Amino acid sequence: MPTLEIRDLHVSVETKEGAKPILRGVDLTINSGETHAIMGPNGSGKSTLASALAGHPKYQVTAGTVTLDGEDVLAMTVDERARAGLFLAMQYPVEVPGVSVANFLRTAKTAIDGEAPALRHWGKEVKGAMENLRIDSTFAERSVNEGFSGGEKKRHEILQMELFKPRFAILDETDSGLDVDALRVVSEGVNRAKDNTDVGVLLITHYTRILRYIKPDFVHVFVDGRIAEEGGPELAERLENEGYDRFTNGATASA
Amino acid sequence: MAITTDHTRAVADGAHSHAFGQGVVPQGSRAERVTSFDLADIPVPSGREEEWRFSPVAKLQPLFGEEQGAGGVLTTVVEAPEVKVEIVGRDDERLGTAGKPGDRTAVAAWNAFAEATVVTIPAEAVASDVTSIRIEGVTKDATAGHLLVHAERHSEAVVVIDHRGDATYNQTVEVVVDEGAHLTLVSVQDWADGAVHASSHRSRVGRDAKLKHVVVTFGGDVVRITPDATFTAEGGEVEMVGLYFADTDQHQEHRLFVDHAVPNCKSRVTYKGALQGTGAHVVWVGDVLIQAEAEGTDTYELNRNLVLTDGARADSVPNLEIETGEIAGAGHASATGRFDDEQLFYLMARGIPEVDARRLVVRGFFAELIEEIGVPSVKERLIESIEAELEKSMSVITGVAPAQGGEADPA
Ligand SMILES: Nc1ncnc2c1ncn2[C@@H]1O[C@H](COP(=O)(O)OP(=O)(O)OP(=O)(O)O)[C@@H](O)[C@H]1O
Ligand SMILES: [Mg+2]
Repeated sequence: MPTLEIRDLHVSVETKEGAKPILRGVDLTINSGETHAIMGPNGSGKSTLASALAGHPKYQVTAGTVTLDGEDVLAMTVDERARAGLFLAMQYPVEVPGVSVANFLRTAKTAIDGEAPALRHWGKEVKGAMENLRIDSTFAERSVNEGFSGGEKKRHEILQMELFKPRFAILDETDSGLDVDALRVVSEGVNRAKDNTDVGVLLITHYTRILRYIKPDFVHVFVDGRIAEEGGPELAERLENEGYDRFTNGATASA
Repeated sequence: MAITTDHTRAVADGAHSHAFGQGVVPQGSRAERVTSFDLADIPVPSGREEEWRFSPVAKLQPLFGEEQGAGGVLTTVVEAPEVKVEIVGRDDERLGTAGKPGDRTAVAAWNAFAEATVVTIPAEAVASDVTSIRIEGVTKDATAGHLLVHAERHSEAVVVIDHRGDATYNQTVEVVVDEGAHLTLVSVQDWADGAVHASSHRSRVGRDAKLKHVVVTFGGDVVRITPDATFTAEGGEVEMVGLYFADTDQHQEHRLFVDHAVPNCKSRVTYKGALQGTGAHVVWVGDVLIQAEAEGTDTYELNRNLVLTDGARADSVPNLEIETGEIAGAGHASATGRFDDEQLFYLMARGIPEVDARRLVVRGFFAELIEEIGVPSVKERLIESIEAELEKSMSVITGVAPAQGGEADPA
């Protein structure tokens, strides 16, 4: 069974003042078909984990390993990771002026599959996926993310997840900034991908409301650059009611 | 790495508009700039003058002098069937009607040329094909040339001037667009390495006439083009579009001047360029003057530069002078930015290899502009040239030397 395995991961971010350690020993194993929710206070390092897994050049891995089916992910370039089956739905998707969504999707799909998709079939698939996500067909000719609203950007990320069919998807606060209807539409998209491809999902969120649509198998509490507690879906409910105080205080006390 | 934006208002991605009566007067009004047909009025510059301060004057020296021949280039015209082409002597009275020279190379070109090429689109004629003027450099001797493109009233045509080869060439292009005529004039600088080219484009735009003026600069050591456009009657429209791509040690300078001398005319200026390699230098200066009489003027100018590597430098100076409060709109924007690594990361995180991702971003940067040019043959050529330029920078990433125009050594 395909597995994404993160062992004792330490990551620093490049700043003007030099390298600043953010992740301080993350251990996490995701099997395909599983959904893991990561919750934790602002600044605890959740996006850093996501960016480091995708290979963002600003984040330096100082210790630890990441493997996908035993392959060393950290040795791969950003594009190689994506072609190996990793997908990151970004918290803040980037605008790419002058590059149309249609061209972008086709180029990426071709790169990931190693061959151009059959034209007619691909056209249909894109159209269908856009309809499912309530993305207007005019978006195909717009520049990638340019002038998209927050919610439109998030739907565009999930559109890619559905079309590219990754083996593991990291969704970084895909639910933030979505209204109730959009949240449902986006969640359905993620669930379709889960049903169709058995993708393993790492879902970063602050809110339990998305977990009512996308059922997590495991919940991890992320504090101060590492996982402070793990449990089942019930842990999410407790966090919602009690907040993170218990963990942050604990972290301070143990420091 | 030096990114220079020589204009305090032109911060990255900053755009602003001028409302009524907020005159912005830069270094000396354009209206006061000396223009003359007489060499004595415009001396050889030292390089410290406002209009020469960014230019490599030493390399341009041969084009400042009085001795300039005619043999350095071969000019070939292939005209549309409706279009008339003549070679005329310097005494032809149609010459010199589109304005006076405004700097030393321009006045030297005017005084040195022997014969001029005159392209006329007769009244009411609609050219069924592109008229192409090919100017091929054959020797390095300082050479002066003169071209007049005259679109008579209610005519329509596309004229493409194509510069290739190696030359030291000083040029005047006069453009006269009569009442109701629509002219698209494209000047492509696709010179070989070593070429030095100065060109003064002087345009007159008549009542309800429309000029689309396109400049595309890729090749040559030094290219300095100064397109001027003046409205002579109401209802005129000028669209100036420029695209350039500078490599190591290339100097590409485009200095525009749009003179709103009469009411109710419209101008749009859009220039975009990419730079790569040490010593690549681009200069864009956009002067727009809205004279006191020019009520109802509508103008906007924009310059964007994309810096692909360290060691390249862009100077961008928009100047807007407004002498009347009664305008429809006036604004400018100027931005010089580095290649955006976040865009690169986003595309690569979707499996797209770095080389392809960079291509997508640079193509995207130029995409809208290429559409605006609207001449299919020029568009295709542009896309090819941009690809060729990108090959040069990609070779740094891929470690594969770019193919060199058919002579590539397979070894
Ligand atoms: N480029 C950077 N320069 C300086 N500090 C950074 C940089 N990137 C991240 N950090 C710091 O690393 C810490 C973790 O940031 P990260 O974005 O991973 O948090 P997060 O858990 O995703 O927070 P949020 O819930 O607000 O999205 C923060 O303190 C942040 O300020
Ligand atoms: Mg975050």
